[in-house]
Amino acid sequence: MLKLSNPPHSAHRADHLLIAEMVEPGTRVLDVGCGDGELLQLLAQTKSVDGRGVELSRERVNACVTRGLSVIQGDADVDLDDYPDQAFDYAILSLTIQATRYPQKVLENLLRIGRQAIVSFPNFGHWRIRTQLLFTGRMPQTENLPEPWHMSPDSHLCTIKDFADLVALVDAKVEAAVAFNSWGRRLPIRRSLSLQNLFGVKAVFVLRKRNGG
Amino acid sequence: MNTAPVKSFDDSTNVRVAEANNPSSSVVHFPDSEPLRLACDQLLAPISIAYQTYGELNADKSNAILICHTLTGDQYVASVHPMTKKPGWWETLVGPGKPIDTDRFFVICPNILGSCMGSTGPASIDPKTGRPYALNFPVVTIGDMVNAQVRLIDHLGIDQLFCILGGSMGGMQVLEWASSHTERAYSAVPIATAAWHSPQNIAFHEVGRQAVMADPDWCAGDYHLHQKVPRNGLAVARMAAHITYLSEEALHHRFGRSLQRGSELTFSFNADFQVESYLRHQGSTFVDRFDANSYLYITRAMDYFDLEAEHGDVLANAFRGTKTRFLVVSFTSDWLYPTRESREIVRALNAVAANVSFVEIETDSGHDSFLLDEPEFFATVRGFLNAAGVKRGLST
Repeated sequence: MLKLSNPPHSAHRADHLLIAEMVEPGTRVLDVGCGDGELLQLLAQTKSVDGRGVELSRERVNACVTRGLSVIQGDADVDLDDYPDQAFDYAILSLTIQATRYPQKVLENLLRIGRQAIVSFPNFGHWRIRTQLLFTGRMPQTENLPEPWHMSPDSHLCTIKDFADLVALVDAKVEAAVAFNSWGRRLPIRRSLSLQNLFGVKAVFVLRKRNGG
Repeated sequence: MNTAPVKSFDDSTNVRVAEANNPSSSVVHFPDSEPLRLACDQLLAPISIAYQTYGELNADKSNAILICHTLTGDQYVASVHPMTKKPGWWETLVGPGKPIDTDRFFVICPNILGSCMGSTGPASIDPKTGRPYALNFPVVTIGDMVNAQVRLIDHLGIDQLFCILGGSMGGMQVLEWASSHTERAYSAVPIATAAWHSPQNIAFHEVGRQAVMADPDWCAGDYHLHQKVPRNGLAVARMAAHITYLSEEALHHRFGRSLQRGSELTFSFNADFQVESYLRHQGSTFVDRFDANSYLYITRAMDYFDLEAEHGDVLANAFRGTKTRFLVVSFTSDWLYPTRESREIVRALNAVAANVSFVEIETDSGHDSFLLDEPEFFATVRGFLNAAGVKRGLST
């Protein structure tokens, strides 16, 4: 069962720390959209995982490999098709699904490649976003969504409720779900999503394919 | 422009023939009793493999790095070339404190089978006739070259190489090693290469071979017997090939339309343009150091390379069960071995959930980028080797 107490203050991102707590030691991990490799490094150091990464940005990939991480330049929309079924214990998609072209296909691939899929995403249902849109009449910009609409890579933003619908659509089971408020505190997501959908700036879902897996 | 000492025709030819049979480097001989079975089903014996080493092999023989050279490369990866007197061809990458640190690693660079720098090839004397093999040399493949390297590694008493690394045709050898001898490769770095030679690349090679064979001094391959050298043919082959190693941007930046002497057109077929003069220089210096028949044989070996076809048209099958750690590297402006061909290798490795890193280096220097000073490339190789070294338990 997931521990929901908050860890002491750390230089690491709150969602990364949560993922690092959930991952079993010595497992095989694929981090899709691994960025500069911060999570992979954390998982290697704290959980001795056999980690791999996929990252779209060439500069970030090269930085990862220079740091000694096993990362390839690739696109979640295209390159996940190549991986065999259940090749990893965890397939992680960290704050990336909203920037994919085909979120459903990407999620299905994650559930196929990993025994579990761990997906984090910015919650577009957060109250500040709702009020920004309501009172300014413009696309919201926040710490997690910093770019103006025309610069943003995020073509498929969603709320926690929307994501839960996609989870149901791909017939996955939620093993755990946690939202983070704007101070990085953990808000466990239980049956009702409404409160977390209002106060969570981002969320982490741990999923497993319902049939088999 | 390069100012290599101008040697007389006979001197350079004599030195070249001498290096083909008695190299300045180390060499290991395998006698008639240990023939190599080639892909063409012929037995080749005796065999010599010339090689250079750098650094020290550690006590448990776990720090050896094998460097596979290119089409016209040689074993002098980090030492002066005995003929051209130029520094080693990869001294930017290999040496004390360099990304391939010879203070840490034991680096082995063999001359490939079929080449002309001391390993058995068409310029070697066939002991049965006392004459150079020339066209009696069997057509060898990348697999044959690797099998010959396996003999050398056995001879050195090394079970598993810490890393096998090479660019272009060297990368093909790396892939062949990783496929056929995966348990002997702890890590592998195929650079600017492909799992099969593209029709465009075969086409360029055919132009080169035809240029050599059209030269009357080629003498149907028996130029040694006639005391001739197919200079013009081989130089043209090199000039055409050299263009493919560069890029349009590189040619543009380096030469533009600049004229050679003064700034006037001569209204002749002299080398008016700097780019012409550069290519002619590349062609003529190449002829001094390389055997024409070797050029035919090695280009053929590259053309025949098709790891995918050898594995039932499924490239992933070439790597099934591999435990080797891979770093695949491509360069943005390389149109001879474009990034998409490296990506195919990565895709196949992903399909077997292999441990693979893949970087594409941004540069406008074309295929030859891997031989040039590319800091980002060096940094990734260094980072990869350091991480693999930690996993392998090598001291830093």
